[in-house]
Amino acid sequence: MFNFFLLILIYSGIYALMALGQNIITGYGGMLSLTQAGFFAIGSYATAILTTRFGWSFWGTLPVAFLLSALFGLLIGLPTLRLKGDYLAIATLGFGEIVRNVLNNWDSLTNGPMGIQKIPMPILFGYTINPYKKYAFLIMIFIFVLIAYLLFQRLARSRMGRALTAVREDEIAAQAMGINITKYKVYAFILGASVAGIAGSLQATFTLSVTPGTYTFMVSVMVLCMVVLGGMGNFKASILGAFIIQLISYFPQLTGLSGSIPAQFQQILFGLILVVMMIWRPQGILGRETRRYGGAAGNGKGGAQ
Amino acid sequence: MILLETEALTRAYGGVIAVNKVDFSVEGGLITGLIGPNGAGKTTLFNNITGLDTPSSGKVLFNQKDITGFPAHTICRMGIARTFQNIRLFKELTVVENVMIGRHFKTGKSETKGRFFNAINSYIRLKAEEEQIYERASDWLDFFDMGSMKNELAKNLPYGRQRELEIARALATDPKLLFLDEPAAGMNPQETDHLMATIRKIRDLGITIVLIEHDMKLVMNICDTITVLNYGQKLAQGTPRQIKHDPSVIEAYLGKEEE
Repeated sequence: MFNFFLLILIYSGIYALMALGQNIITGYGGMLSLTQAGFFAIGSYATAILTTRFGWSFWGTLPVAFLLSALFGLLIGLPTLRLKGDYLAIATLGFGEIVRNVLNNWDSLTNGPMGIQKIPMPILFGYTINPYKKYAFLIMIFIFVLIAYLLFQRLARSRMGRALTAVREDEIAAQAMGINITKYKVYAFILGASVAGIAGSLQATFTLSVTPGTYTFMVSVMVLCMVVLGGMGNFKASILGAFIIQLISYFPQLTGLSGSIPAQFQQILFGLILVVMMIWRPQGILGRETRRYGGAAGNGKGGAQ
Repeated sequence: MILLETEALTRAYGGVIAVNKVDFSVEGGLITGLIGPNGAGKTTLFNNITGLDTPSSGKVLFNQKDITGFPAHTICRMGIARTFQNIRLFKELTVVENVMIGRHFKTGKSETKGRFFNAINSYIRLKAEEEQIYERASDWLDFFDMGSMKNELAKNLPYGRQRELEIARALATDPKLLFLDEPAAGMNPQETDHLMATIRKIRDLGITIVLIEHDMKLVMNICDTITVLNYGQKLAQGTPRQIKHDPSVIEAYLGKEEE
Protein backbone atom coordinates (compact mmCIF):
# COMPACT_ATOMS: atom_id res chain seq x y z
CA MET A 1 0.00 0.00 0.00
CA PHE A 2 2.68 2.44 1.04
CA ASN A 3 4.78 1.22 -1.86
CA PHE A 4 1.89 2.00 -4.14
CA PHE A 5 1.74 5.54 -2.81
CA LEU A 6 5.43 5.96 -3.64
CA LEU A 7 4.66 4.81 -7.16
CA ILE A 8 2.01 7.51 -7.45
CA LEU A 9 4.51 10.07 -6.22
CA ILE A 10 7.07 8.98 -8.82
CA TYR A 11 4.53 9.24 -11.61
CA SER A 12 3.45 12.60 -10.23
CA GLY A 13 7.04 13.75 -10.55
CA ILE A 14 7.37 12.53 -14.13
CA TYR A 15 4.09 14.16 -15.10
CA ALA A 16 4.94 17.30 -13.15
CA LEU A 17 7.93 17.80 -15.46
CA MET A 18 5.62 17.62 -18.45
CA ALA A 19 3.10 19.89 -16.76
CA LEU A 20 5.81 22.50 -16.13
CA GLY A 21 6.57 22.45 -19.84
CA GLN A 22 2.90 22.64 -20.70
CA ASN A 23 2.55 25.61 -18.36
CA ILE A 24 5.18 27.65 -20.16
CA ILE A 25 3.44 26.90 -23.47
CA THR A 26 -0.19 27.23 -22.40
CA GLY A 27 -0.14 29.10 -19.10
CA TYR A 28 2.38 31.74 -20.15
CA GLY A 29 2.36 31.66 -23.93
CA GLY A 30 -1.39 31.09 -24.19
CA MET A 31 -0.95 28.43 -26.86
CA LEU A 32 -3.28 25.45 -26.63
CA SER A 33 -0.86 22.70 -27.55
CA LEU A 34 -1.41 18.96 -27.23
CA THR A 35 2.06 17.73 -28.07
CA GLN A 36 3.44 16.63 -24.72
CA ALA A 37 2.77 12.90 -25.35
CA GLY A 38 4.81 13.13 -28.56
CA PHE A 39 7.84 14.69 -26.89
CA PHE A 40 7.43 12.32 -23.95
CA ALA A 41 7.64 9.40 -26.39
CA ILE A 42 10.65 10.85 -28.18
CA GLY A 43 12.51 11.19 -24.88
CA SER A 44 11.59 7.67 -23.80
CA TYR A 45 12.62 6.04 -27.04
CA ALA A 46 15.85 8.03 -27.22
CA THR A 47 16.85 6.57 -23.87
CA ALA A 48 15.51 3.10 -24.64
CA ILE A 49 17.25 2.77 -27.99
CA LEU A 50 20.57 4.31 -26.96
CA THR A 51 20.89 2.22 -23.79
CA THR A 52 19.80 -1.14 -25.22
CA ARG A 53 21.27 -0.96 -28.72
CA PHE A 54 24.35 1.15 -28.20
CA GLY A 55 25.12 0.47 -24.56
CA TRP A 56 25.01 4.10 -23.49
CA SER A 57 24.48 4.91 -19.83
CA PHE A 58 21.22 6.54 -18.81
CA TRP A 59 22.99 9.82 -18.03
CA GLY A 60 24.46 9.98 -21.49
CA THR A 61 21.04 9.63 -23.07
CA LEU A 62 19.50 12.48 -21.08
CA PRO A 63 21.04 15.29 -23.11
CA VAL A 64 20.12 13.43 -26.31
CA ALA A 65 16.50 13.13 -25.17
CA PHE A 66 16.58 16.81 -24.26
CA LEU A 67 18.07 18.00 -27.55
CA LEU A 68 16.03 15.67 -29.73
CA SER A 69 12.75 16.86 -28.17
CA ALA A 70 13.91 20.46 -28.44
CA LEU A 71 14.70 19.93 -32.12
CA PHE A 72 11.26 18.44 -32.75
CA GLY A 73 9.76 21.27 -30.75
CA LEU A 74 11.41 23.70 -33.13
CA LEU A 75 10.34 21.74 -36.22
CA ILE A 76 6.73 21.50 -35.06
CA GLY A 77 6.66 24.98 -33.61
CA LEU A 78 7.74 26.91 -36.68
CA PRO A 79 4.90 25.85 -39.00
CA THR A 80 2.09 25.42 -36.45
CA LEU A 81 2.51 28.58 -34.40
CA ARG A 82 0.73 30.60 -37.06
CA LEU A 83 -2.40 28.84 -35.85
CA LYS A 84 -4.38 29.85 -32.81
CA GLY A 85 -6.67 28.23 -30.28
CA ASP A 86 -8.52 25.12 -31.43
CA TYR A 87 -6.66 25.02 -34.73
CA LEU A 88 -3.32 24.84 -32.98
CA ALA A 89 -4.67 22.11 -30.69
CA ILE A 90 -5.73 19.99 -33.67
CA ALA A 91 -2.44 20.47 -35.51
CA THR A 92 -0.33 19.62 -32.47
CA LEU A 93 -2.56 16.68 -31.61
CA GLY A 94 -1.70 15.33 -35.05
CA PHE A 95 1.98 15.46 -34.18
CA GLY A 96 1.51 13.25 -31.12
CA GLU A 97 -0.35 10.69 -33.16
CA ILE A 98 2.32 10.73 -35.89
CA VAL A 99 5.02 10.01 -33.34
CA ARG A 100 3.06 7.12 -31.84
CA ASN A 101 2.35 5.61 -35.23
CA VAL A 102 5.96 5.90 -36.32
CA LEU A 103 7.04 4.13 -33.13
CA ASN A 104 4.42 1.46 -33.76
CA ASN A 105 5.51 0.77 -37.29
CA TRP A 106 9.24 1.39 -37.50
CA ASP A 107 10.00 -2.20 -36.48
CA SER A 108 13.72 -2.16 -37.23
CA LEU A 109 14.38 0.70 -34.83
CA THR A 110 11.61 0.58 -32.23
CA ASN A 111 10.62 -3.08 -32.31
CA GLY A 112 7.06 -2.00 -33.15
CA PRO A 113 4.18 -2.71 -30.78
CA MET A 114 6.35 -5.13 -28.79
CA GLY A 115 8.34 -2.19 -27.50
CA ILE A 116 11.83 -2.27 -26.04
CA GLN A 117 12.61 -4.17 -22.85
CA LYS A 118 15.58 -4.57 -20.51
CA ILE A 119 16.47 -0.90 -20.29
CA PRO A 120 19.31 -0.70 -17.76
CA MET A 121 18.83 1.01 -14.43
CA PRO A 122 20.61 4.31 -13.92
CA ILE A 123 23.89 4.11 -12.01
CA LEU A 124 25.21 7.09 -10.10
CA PHE A 125 28.73 6.92 -8.59
CA GLY A 126 28.55 3.15 -8.53
CA TYR A 127 25.15 3.13 -6.84
CA THR A 128 22.31 1.62 -8.84
CA ILE A 129 19.12 3.60 -8.58
CA ASN A 130 16.76 0.65 -8.56
CA PRO A 131 13.19 1.48 -9.58
CA TYR A 132 11.91 -1.49 -7.55
CA LYS A 133 13.25 0.10 -4.38
CA LYS A 134 11.39 3.28 -4.92
CA TYR A 135 13.01 5.71 -2.46
CA ALA A 136 16.19 6.47 -4.37
CA PHE A 137 14.26 6.80 -7.57
CA LEU A 138 11.76 9.12 -5.98
CA ILE A 139 14.55 11.37 -4.74
CA MET A 140 16.14 11.43 -8.18
CA ILE A 141 12.85 12.36 -9.86
CA PHE A 142 12.18 15.13 -7.42
CA ILE A 143 15.63 16.59 -7.88
CA PHE A 144 14.79 16.84 -11.57
CA VAL A 145 11.43 18.44 -10.78
CA LEU A 146 13.07 20.90 -8.41
CA ILE A 147 15.72 21.94 -10.93
CA ALA A 148 13.13 22.35 -13.67
CA TYR A 149 10.89 24.31 -11.34
CA LEU A 150 13.65 26.71 -10.29
CA LEU A 151 14.77 27.27 -13.86
CA PHE A 152 11.26 27.88 -15.15
CA GLN A 153 10.39 30.10 -12.22
CA ARG A 154 13.40 32.30 -12.88
CA LEU A 155 12.64 32.39 -16.55
CA ALA A 156 9.08 33.44 -15.87
CA ARG A 157 10.27 36.27 -13.68
CA SER A 158 12.72 37.55 -16.24
CA ARG A 159 11.95 39.75 -19.21
CA MET A 160 11.19 36.61 -21.19
CA GLY A 161 8.31 35.64 -18.91
CA ARG A 162 6.92 39.13 -19.18
CA ALA A 163 7.28 39.14 -22.95
CA LEU A 164 5.50 35.78 -23.23
CA THR A 165 2.67 37.05 -21.06
CA ALA A 166 2.37 40.08 -23.29
CA VAL A 167 2.18 37.83 -26.34
CA ARG A 168 -0.59 35.85 -24.67
CA GLU A 169 -2.53 38.94 -23.65
CA ASP A 170 -2.42 40.74 -26.98
CA GLU A 171 -0.23 39.71 -29.89
CA ILE A 172 -0.78 42.87 -31.88
CA ALA A 173 0.06 45.17 -29.00
CA ALA A 174 3.10 43.05 -28.12
CA GLN A 175 4.38 43.37 -31.69
CA ALA A 176 3.83 47.10 -31.63
CA MET A 177 5.88 47.28 -28.41
CA GLY A 178 8.90 45.80 -30.15
CA ILE A 179 8.48 42.17 -29.11
CA ASN A 180 9.33 39.57 -31.72
CA ILE A 181 6.31 37.35 -31.10
CA THR A 182 7.37 34.45 -33.33
CA LYS A 183 10.67 34.19 -31.51
CA TYR A 184 9.08 33.99 -28.09
CA LYS A 185 6.41 31.53 -29.13
CA VAL A 186 9.02 29.21 -30.60
CA TYR A 187 11.19 29.58 -27.46
CA ALA A 188 8.26 28.58 -25.27
CA PHE A 189 7.52 25.62 -27.49
CA ILE A 190 11.12 24.39 -27.44
CA LEU A 191 11.36 24.72 -23.67
CA GLY A 192 8.11 22.87 -23.13
CA ALA A 193 9.16 20.14 -25.52
CA SER A 194 12.62 19.61 -24.09
CA VAL A 195 11.44 19.18 -20.51
CA ALA A 196 8.88 16.62 -21.71
CA GLY A 197 11.77 14.80 -23.38
CA ILE A 198 13.54 14.60 -20.03
CA ALA A 199 10.34 13.29 -18.44
CA GLY A 200 10.20 10.62 -21.15
CA SER A 201 13.75 9.61 -20.45
CA LEU A 202 12.98 9.18 -16.75
CA GLN A 203 9.83 7.24 -17.55
CA ALA A 204 11.82 4.79 -19.69
CA THR A 205 14.37 4.15 -16.99
CA PHE A 206 11.68 3.79 -14.34
CA THR A 207 9.48 1.26 -16.13
CA LEU A 208 12.56 -0.40 -17.71
CA SER A 209 10.56 -1.01 -20.86
CA VAL A 210 8.75 1.16 -23.39
CA THR A 211 5.82 0.38 -25.65
CA PRO A 212 4.07 2.78 -28.03
CA GLY A 213 0.77 2.17 -26.21
CA THR A 214 1.95 4.32 -23.29
CA TYR A 215 2.15 7.52 -25.32
CA THR A 216 -1.43 8.04 -26.32
CA PHE A 217 -3.39 11.20 -26.83
CA MET A 218 -4.74 10.78 -23.27
CA VAL A 219 -1.29 11.62 -21.89
CA SER A 220 -1.37 15.06 -23.53
CA VAL A 221 -4.90 15.64 -22.30
CA MET A 222 -3.96 14.61 -18.77
CA VAL A 223 -1.00 17.00 -18.76
CA LEU A 224 -3.21 19.81 -19.96
CA CYS A 225 -5.73 18.95 -17.22
CA MET A 226 -2.98 19.18 -14.62
CA VAL A 227 -2.07 22.69 -15.71
CA VAL A 228 -5.68 23.86 -15.88
CA LEU A 229 -6.61 22.25 -12.57
CA GLY A 230 -3.63 23.69 -10.70
CA GLY A 231 -3.88 27.12 -12.26
CA MET A 232 -2.45 28.43 -15.52
CA GLY A 233 0.60 30.62 -15.30
CA ASN A 234 1.74 29.20 -11.97
CA PHE A 235 4.50 26.58 -11.82
CA LYS A 236 3.77 25.47 -8.26
CA ALA A 237 0.20 24.86 -9.35
CA SER A 238 1.35 22.66 -12.23
CA ILE A 239 3.16 20.38 -9.80
CA LEU A 240 0.15 20.31 -7.50
CA GLY A 241 -2.13 19.59 -10.44
CA ALA A 242 0.12 16.71 -11.52
CA PHE A 243 -0.12 15.17 -8.06
CA ILE A 244 -3.90 15.51 -7.80
CA ILE A 245 -4.56 14.08 -11.26
CA GLN A 246 -2.24 11.16 -10.61
CA LEU A 247 -3.94 10.50 -7.28
CA ILE A 248 -7.33 10.49 -8.98
CA SER A 249 -6.25 8.23 -11.80
CA TYR A 250 -5.01 5.64 -9.29
CA PHE A 251 -7.96 6.17 -6.98
CA PRO A 252 -9.65 2.79 -7.67
CA GLN A 253 -6.44 0.82 -7.02
CA LEU A 254 -5.56 2.95 -4.02
CA THR A 255 -8.85 2.24 -2.31
CA GLY A 256 -8.78 -1.41 -3.31
CA LEU A 257 -11.94 -0.96 -5.32
CA SER A 258 -10.38 -1.60 -8.74
CA GLY A 259 -12.52 -4.73 -8.97
CA SER A 260 -15.81 -2.87 -8.66
CA ILE A 261 -14.91 0.48 -10.28
CA PRO A 262 -14.40 0.19 -14.04
CA ALA A 263 -11.26 1.70 -15.56
CA GLN A 264 -13.30 4.24 -17.49
CA PHE A 265 -14.31 5.73 -14.16
CA GLN A 266 -11.22 7.94 -14.02
CA GLN A 267 -12.07 9.61 -17.29
CA ILE A 268 -15.55 10.39 -15.99
CA LEU A 269 -13.95 11.82 -12.88
CA PHE A 270 -11.52 14.01 -14.92
CA GLY A 271 -14.40 15.40 -16.89
CA LEU A 272 -16.42 16.04 -13.76
CA ILE A 273 -13.53 17.82 -12.06
CA LEU A 274 -12.94 20.06 -15.05
CA VAL A 275 -16.61 20.98 -15.30
CA VAL A 276 -16.79 21.77 -11.59
CA MET A 277 -13.57 23.82 -11.82
CA MET A 278 -14.82 25.82 -14.79
CA ILE A 279 -17.96 26.74 -12.87
CA TRP A 280 -16.53 27.59 -9.47
CA ARG A 281 -12.87 28.31 -9.92
CA PRO A 282 -11.91 28.89 -13.57
CA GLN A 283 -8.49 30.27 -12.59
CA GLY A 284 -7.48 26.90 -11.12
CA ILE A 285 -6.77 25.89 -7.53
CA LEU A 286 -3.90 28.31 -6.98
CA GLY A 287 -4.65 30.78 -9.75
CA ARG A 288 -2.23 32.81 -11.79
CA GLU A 289 0.87 34.14 -10.15
CA THR A 290 1.05 37.92 -10.17
CA ARG A 291 4.13 39.91 -9.29
CA ARG A 292 4.12 42.96 -7.13
CA TYR A 293 6.69 45.66 -7.58
CA GLY A 294 7.27 47.86 -4.59
CA GLY A 295 10.38 49.88 -5.23
CA ALA A 296 13.79 48.58 -6.22
CA ALA A 297 14.14 46.30 -3.19
CA GLY A 298 10.90 44.48 -3.85
CA ASN A 299 11.85 44.18 -7.45
CA GLY A 300 15.16 42.58 -6.61
CA LYS A 301 13.42 40.03 -4.44
CA GLY A 302 11.24 39.07 -7.37
CA GLY A 303 14.34 38.11 -9.31
CA ALA A 304 15.60 35.62 -6.72
CA GLN A 305 14.05 32.26 -7.51
CA MET B 1 12.87 68.36 -41.55
CA ILE B 2 10.67 65.56 -42.84
CA LEU B 3 10.77 62.69 -40.33
CA LEU B 4 8.36 60.32 -42.00
CA GLU B 5 7.00 60.15 -45.48
CA THR B 6 4.81 57.83 -47.50
CA GLU B 7 5.11 57.75 -51.28
CA ALA B 8 1.95 56.72 -53.17
CA LEU B 9 1.08 54.32 -50.36
CA THR B 10 -1.72 51.98 -51.41
CA ARG B 11 -3.48 49.23 -49.50
CA ALA B 12 -6.16 47.26 -51.29
CA TYR B 13 -8.23 44.47 -49.74
CA GLY B 14 -9.44 42.64 -52.81
CA GLY B 15 -11.48 45.20 -54.71
CA VAL B 16 -11.68 47.68 -51.83
CA ILE B 17 -8.94 50.25 -51.93
CA ALA B 18 -8.68 51.41 -48.33
CA VAL B 19 -5.72 53.68 -48.91
CA ASN B 20 -5.16 54.99 -52.39
CA LYS B 21 -1.80 56.49 -53.44
CA VAL B 22 -1.43 58.61 -50.34
CA ASP B 23 1.55 60.92 -50.00
CA PHE B 24 1.64 61.66 -46.32
CA SER B 25 4.46 63.49 -44.63
CA VAL B 26 5.29 64.26 -41.04
CA GLU B 27 7.48 67.17 -40.08
CA GLY B 28 9.80 66.49 -37.14
CA GLY B 29 8.93 68.20 -33.87
CA LEU B 30 5.35 69.07 -34.80
CA ILE B 31 1.95 67.66 -33.99
CA THR B 32 0.31 66.37 -37.15
CA GLY B 33 -3.40 65.65 -37.27
CA LEU B 34 -4.94 63.03 -39.53
CA ILE B 35 -8.68 63.50 -39.97
CA GLY B 36 -11.42 62.30 -42.24
CA PRO B 37 -14.87 60.75 -42.13
CA ASN B 38 -15.34 57.18 -40.86
CA GLY B 39 -13.87 54.62 -43.23
CA ALA B 40 -11.55 57.15 -44.86
CA GLY B 41 -8.53 54.88 -44.29
CA LYS B 42 -6.87 56.69 -41.41
CA THR B 43 -6.29 53.64 -39.23
CA THR B 44 -5.29 51.57 -42.26
CA LEU B 45 -2.66 54.18 -43.05
CA PHE B 46 -1.39 53.96 -39.45
CA ASN B 47 -1.27 50.17 -39.60
CA ASN B 48 0.67 50.23 -42.86
CA ILE B 49 3.21 52.66 -41.51
CA THR B 50 3.70 50.83 -38.20
CA GLY B 51 4.08 47.41 -39.81
CA LEU B 52 0.89 45.76 -38.58
CA ASP B 53 -0.25 45.62 -42.18
CA THR B 54 1.76 45.50 -45.41
CA PRO B 55 1.12 48.03 -48.17
CA SER B 56 0.01 46.71 -51.57
CA SER B 57 2.30 49.25 -53.19
CA GLY B 58 4.09 52.45 -52.41
CA LYS B 59 6.78 53.25 -49.91
CA VAL B 60 7.21 54.31 -46.30
CA LEU B 61 10.32 56.32 -45.54
CA PHE B 62 11.45 57.00 -41.99
CA ASN B 63 14.46 59.31 -41.69
CA GLN B 64 14.95 58.80 -45.44
CA LYS B 65 15.23 55.06 -44.85
CA ASP B 66 12.83 52.72 -46.64
CA ILE B 67 10.94 50.76 -43.97
CA THR B 68 8.13 49.43 -46.18
CA GLY B 69 6.98 45.98 -45.11
CA PHE B 70 9.26 45.76 -42.08
CA PRO B 71 7.76 43.69 -39.24
CA ALA B 72 6.03 45.71 -36.51
CA HIS B 73 8.59 44.93 -33.81
CA THR B 74 11.45 46.15 -36.00
CA ILE B 75 9.64 49.38 -36.77
CA CYS B 76 8.99 49.91 -33.07
CA ARG B 77 12.67 49.36 -32.33
CA MET B 78 13.57 52.00 -34.93
CA GLY B 79 11.62 54.59 -32.95
CA ILE B 80 7.99 54.55 -34.04
CA ALA B 81 5.50 53.80 -31.27
CA ARG B 82 1.72 53.77 -31.38
CA THR B 83 -1.49 53.40 -29.43
CA PHE B 84 -4.69 51.78 -30.62
CA GLN B 85 -8.19 52.97 -31.36
CA ASN B 86 -9.73 50.22 -29.23
CA ILE B 87 -7.46 50.07 -26.21
CA ARG B 88 -5.07 47.15 -26.39
CA LEU B 89 -3.51 46.92 -22.96
CA PHE B 90 -2.13 43.72 -21.45
CA LYS B 91 -5.18 43.46 -19.23
CA GLU B 92 -4.03 40.77 -16.82
CA LEU B 93 -0.71 42.50 -16.17
CA THR B 94 -0.22 45.27 -13.66
CA VAL B 95 0.11 48.91 -14.66
CA VAL B 96 3.85 49.00 -14.15
CA GLU B 97 4.36 45.71 -15.98
CA ASN B 98 2.52 47.11 -18.99
CA VAL B 99 4.99 49.96 -19.16
CA MET B 100 7.93 47.65 -18.48
CA ILE B 101 6.97 45.69 -21.61
CA GLY B 102 7.61 48.88 -23.54
CA ARG B 103 11.20 48.81 -22.25
CA HIS B 104 11.60 45.17 -23.25
CA PHE B 105 13.83 45.54 -26.28
CA LYS B 106 15.97 48.20 -24.63
CA THR B 107 17.65 45.50 -22.56
CA GLY B 108 19.27 42.16 -23.17
CA LYS B 109 21.08 43.53 -26.22
CA SER B 110 24.38 42.14 -25.04
CA GLU B 111 22.94 38.65 -25.42
CA THR B 112 24.53 38.44 -28.82
CA LYS B 113 27.99 39.64 -27.84
CA GLY B 114 30.11 38.19 -25.09
CA ARG B 115 27.75 35.32 -24.42
CA PHE B 116 30.22 33.43 -22.28
CA PHE B 117 30.90 36.27 -19.91
CA ASN B 118 27.22 36.95 -19.63
CA ALA B 119 26.50 33.35 -18.78
CA ILE B 120 28.58 33.86 -15.65
CA ASN B 121 27.40 37.23 -14.52
CA SER B 122 23.94 37.08 -16.07
CA TYR B 123 22.13 36.80 -12.77
CA ILE B 124 23.64 39.98 -11.43
CA ARG B 125 23.15 41.67 -14.78
CA LEU B 126 19.54 40.51 -15.03
CA LYS B 127 18.76 41.90 -11.62
CA ALA B 128 20.34 45.24 -12.42
CA GLU B 129 18.54 45.28 -15.74
CA GLU B 130 15.17 44.54 -14.16
CA GLU B 131 15.71 47.36 -11.70
CA GLN B 132 16.60 49.71 -14.51
CA ILE B 133 13.49 48.79 -16.49
CA TYR B 134 11.41 49.25 -13.39
CA GLU B 135 12.89 52.68 -12.68
CA ARG B 136 12.29 53.92 -16.20
CA ALA B 137 8.76 52.55 -16.20
CA SER B 138 8.08 54.30 -12.91
CA ASP B 139 9.34 57.57 -14.34
CA TRP B 140 6.83 57.35 -17.17
CA LEU B 141 4.03 56.53 -14.76
CA ASP B 142 4.96 59.57 -12.69
CA PHE B 143 4.84 61.63 -15.87
CA PHE B 144 1.18 60.64 -16.12
CA ASP B 145 0.65 61.01 -12.40
CA MET B 146 -0.11 57.31 -12.07
CA GLY B 147 2.66 56.36 -9.66
CA SER B 148 0.22 55.22 -7.00
CA MET B 149 -1.48 52.74 -9.34
CA LYS B 150 1.58 50.67 -10.18
CA ASN B 151 0.29 47.39 -8.85
CA GLU B 152 -3.28 47.65 -10.08
CA LEU B 153 -4.25 45.28 -12.84
CA ALA B 154 -4.53 47.25 -16.07
CA LYS B 155 -8.10 46.04 -16.64
CA ASN B 156 -9.22 47.59 -13.35
CA LEU B 157 -8.25 51.16 -14.29
CA PRO B 158 -10.88 53.73 -15.23
CA TYR B 159 -11.25 54.25 -18.96
CA GLY B 160 -9.41 57.55 -19.20
CA ARG B 161 -6.50 56.12 -17.24
CA GLN B 162 -6.34 53.12 -19.54
CA ARG B 163 -5.90 55.47 -22.50
CA GLU B 164 -3.11 57.28 -20.67
CA LEU B 165 -1.46 54.01 -19.71
CA GLU B 166 -1.39 53.02 -23.36
CA ILE B 167 0.41 56.26 -24.17
CA ALA B 168 2.83 55.69 -21.28
CA ARG B 169 3.57 52.21 -22.58
CA ALA B 170 4.26 53.57 -26.06
CA LEU B 171 6.52 56.31 -24.66
CA ALA B 172 8.51 53.74 -22.71
CA THR B 173 9.98 52.56 -26.02
CA ASP B 174 11.71 55.96 -26.35
CA PRO B 175 10.10 56.76 -29.69
CA LYS B 176 11.06 59.58 -32.02
CA LEU B 177 7.61 59.43 -33.53
CA LEU B 178 4.39 58.65 -31.68
CA PHE B 179 1.16 57.64 -33.40
CA LEU B 180 -2.03 58.17 -31.39
CA ASP B 181 -5.15 56.55 -32.80
CA GLU B 182 -8.17 58.48 -31.47
CA PRO B 183 -6.70 59.24 -28.05
CA ALA B 184 -9.73 61.26 -26.94
CA ALA B 185 -12.37 58.73 -27.98
CA GLY B 186 -14.91 58.30 -25.19
CA MET B 187 -13.45 61.04 -23.00
CA ASN B 188 -15.48 63.79 -21.37
CA PRO B 189 -14.51 67.47 -21.96
CA GLN B 190 -12.38 67.70 -18.80
CA GLU B 191 -10.49 64.55 -19.69
CA THR B 192 -9.99 65.84 -23.22
CA ASP B 193 -8.54 69.11 -21.92
CA HIS B 194 -6.20 67.16 -19.70
CA LEU B 195 -5.20 65.00 -22.67
CA MET B 196 -4.42 68.08 -24.77
CA ALA B 197 -2.09 69.36 -22.08
CA THR B 198 -0.42 65.95 -21.93
CA ILE B 199 0.08 65.78 -25.69
CA ARG B 200 1.73 69.20 -25.62
CA LYS B 201 3.98 68.04 -22.79
CA ILE B 202 5.01 65.03 -24.87
CA ARG B 203 5.78 67.26 -27.84
CA ASP B 204 7.93 69.43 -25.60
CA LEU B 205 10.04 66.35 -24.85
CA GLY B 206 11.03 66.46 -28.51
CA ILE B 207 8.77 63.65 -29.66
CA THR B 208 6.95 64.10 -32.95
CA ILE B 209 3.26 63.23 -32.74
CA VAL B 210 0.75 62.10 -35.32
CA LEU B 211 -2.83 61.73 -34.16
CA ILE B 212 -6.09 60.54 -35.61
CA GLU B 213 -8.99 62.28 -33.94
CA HIS B 214 -12.64 63.07 -34.47
CA ASP B 215 -12.81 65.70 -31.75
CA MET B 216 -12.39 68.85 -33.89
CA LYS B 217 -11.83 71.08 -30.90
CA LEU B 218 -8.79 69.03 -29.93
CA VAL B 219 -7.48 68.74 -33.47
CA MET B 220 -7.84 72.43 -34.32
CA ASN B 221 -6.34 73.41 -30.99
CA ILE B 222 -3.18 71.43 -30.82
CA CYS B 223 -2.24 70.36 -34.34
CA ASP B 224 0.37 72.35 -36.20
CA THR B 225 -0.57 70.75 -39.48
CA ILE B 226 -3.49 68.62 -40.62
CA THR B 227 -3.92 66.05 -43.37
CA VAL B 228 -7.44 65.12 -44.49
CA LEU B 229 -8.27 61.71 -45.95
CA ASN B 230 -11.49 60.79 -47.72
CA TYR B 231 -12.30 57.48 -49.44
CA GLY B 232 -8.67 56.46 -49.05
CA GLN B 233 -7.32 59.50 -50.84
CA LYS B 234 -5.59 62.58 -49.57
CA LEU B 235 -7.99 65.48 -49.81
CA ALA B 236 -6.04 68.33 -48.30
CA GLN B 237 -3.05 69.21 -46.19
CA GLY B 238 -2.36 72.44 -44.34
CA THR B 239 -2.61 74.42 -41.15
CA PRO B 240 -5.80 74.16 -39.05
CA ARG B 241 -6.93 77.54 -40.42
CA GLN B 242 -6.48 76.47 -44.05
CA ILE B 243 -8.24 73.15 -43.44
CA LYS B 244 -11.19 74.82 -41.74
CA HIS B 245 -11.85 76.92 -44.81
CA ASP B 246 -11.03 74.37 -47.48
CA PRO B 247 -14.20 73.84 -49.53
CA SER B 248 -13.37 70.24 -50.42
CA VAL B 249 -12.98 69.37 -46.73
CA ILE B 250 -16.26 71.03 -45.85
CA GLU B 251 -17.90 69.08 -48.64
CA ALA B 252 -16.47 65.78 -47.41
CA TYR B 253 -17.78 66.36 -43.92
CA LEU B 254 -21.04 68.19 -44.52
CA GLY B 255 -21.95 67.44 -48.13
CA LYS B 256 -22.26 69.77 -51.08
CA GLU B 257 -24.35 72.91 -50.83
CA GLU B 258 -27.41 72.91 -53.08
CA GLU B 259 -27.35 75.55 -55.80
